[in-house]
Amino acid sequence: MKLSREEVLHIARLARLGLTETELERLREQLSNILENFEILQQVDTTDVPPTAQSIPLQNVTKEDEVAASLPQSEILANAPQREGEFFRVRAVLE
Amino acid sequence: MLTIHEANQLLRNKKLSSLELTKACLERIQQVEPKLHALVTITDELALRQAKKADELIAKGDAHPLTGIPVVIKDNMCTKGVRTTCSSKMLENFIPPYDACVVERLNSCGAVIIGKSNMDEFAMGSSTEHSAFFATQNPWDLSRVPGGSSGGSAVVVAAEETIYALGSDTGGSIRQPAGFCSVTGLKPTYGRVSRYGLVAFASSLDQIGPLTRDVTDCALVMNAIAGFDNRDSTSVPYPTPDYTQCLTNDIKGLRIGIPKEYFVAGMQAEVEKALQAAISKLEELGAKVEWEVSLPHTPHALAVYYIIAPSEASANLARYDGVKYGFSYQKTDNMWEALEKTRQFGFGDEVKRRIMLGTYALSAGYYDAYYLKAQKVRTLIRREFDQAFEKYDALVTPTSPTVPFRIGEKTDDPLQMYLSDVCTLPINIAGLPAISIPAGFADGLPIGMQLIGKPFGEETILKIAYAYEQATEWHKRKPKI
Repeated sequence: MKLSREEVLHIARLARLGLTETELERLREQLSNILENFEILQQVDTTDVPPTAQSIPLQNVTKEDEVAASLPQSEILANAPQREGEFFRVRAVLE
Repeated sequence: MLTIHEANQLLRNKKLSSLELTKACLERIQQVEPKLHALVTITDELALRQAKKADELIAKGDAHPLTGIPVVIKDNMCTKGVRTTCSSKMLENFIPPYDACVVERLNSCGAVIIGKSNMDEFAMGSSTEHSAFFATQNPWDLSRVPGGSSGGSAVVVAAEETIYALGSDTGGSIRQPAGFCSVTGLKPTYGRVSRYGLVAFASSLDQIGPLTRDVTDCALVMNAIAGFDNRDSTSVPYPTPDYTQCLTNDIKGLRIGIPKEYFVAGMQAEVEKALQAAISKLEELGAKVEWEVSLPHTPHALAVYYIIAPSEASANLARYDGVKYGFSYQKTDNMWEALEKTRQFGFGDEVKRRIMLGTYALSAGYYDAYYLKAQKVRTLIRREFDQAFEKYDALVTPTSPTVPFRIGEKTDDPLQMYLSDVCTLPINIAGLPAISIPAGFADGLPIGMQLIGKPFGEETILKIAYAYEQATEWHKRKPKI
């Protein structure tokens, strides 16, 4: 099975990943090849087998709702590419 | 070449100060880094400050076994105030406002952090060639890769730039480079070491562990970093043993299984020969070895891993949007364009490939056929290990099917690169502990042996590893750089 150009573009859009024309073609080739190799899994009988999401016997871990100090706002904002006062600055969502 | 326990003796007996030891490591770094490129950041000022503090602690008699001992941290673990890049352009200038749990724990032992090590970008890779900054060289042969993704951490230990290092392991990223560089590397059971402050790659598979010069050091580091932390909800609330207590030479009667599926296709003859000799050594030491164990789902592990890990990665890496931190594309006023270009220019090829692969496996129409199917086969792989551990105390395999490959040899063929982890990734799928220890050389290139334990059975594999190490000299060999 070879992925179409449209399929690769669709996935890139879902992932919000910009791609150059060269990247798109290369990924089309490589992903098709990798996915073809994964077809080996279809031979495995998994009737009545439950899925495993993680490997330890813990479920629904909760903890006490205790008040604790938060990180200082200035330290959190220190890595912001763009800020305005005490806010992260973002571009307009609605135009 | 000092180990932690040897350095600790010298520090306690006042034959050496932490400041002297730290300066010696920093000098060694200056000397060999131009050839090896194992460090992204050298934290010399921090190290000298911590060394002085450690010497005060030692003078007061307050020393922990790790006090005053230099360590290198893989650059995907947050260090407060020290750049943490994941070897990615995306985080090139990211300064974490907090320490990872393991860093906190080492600091509270009086550790001396001398640098942050190079890695495959976001820990995705098996050769450290996928670093956005530079490739790292193998100290045993500079034309070869050190393995990955914790390649930098393995190299600094092998090349004596530090006494020990921390790495992270999602599919073999501690063990495979440990094998390629002839050092000891342990991936603990999933849940044993807190992942708080470890930059997430595949959250159900990631685990932090030590890279050291011998098994005793590995146990000492585990004593410091293992144990419950309520900031990681997959950290288990089980008691943590003193891992040095199991280091006795007595492995008589321990049952060791050799899964035959790990000795097939693509394995180099020299690796197979070295492993057979190493296993015979274990037999000589009194272990009961069963040579023909079968784990029939092993050939499916690669596909399971390369569906689950990229799927989790595609979700985890969705956070890099150029708004809160990290690289941000500025040359547009359009929000969507800014987001797409931030990710296009911030991520490297392998990271993009895995985001695409994971997004595909999770997308409408393909979820059942890929992601859900992989999770079901994951169950079968776990069950198979559970059944094996009813009969055996440990399983033994090569760490990698080959000796270190040449730089550039596999970068154009992602599937070939993925196959380098074929012996290590089933262990992450099942969440088991496994250690790689030096087990020989072929034409001067290192060969690693992997010991796999049952969940929370680190002590058994440390015990076997220790007995083998005491009976062999491989771990004492040094590379000529």
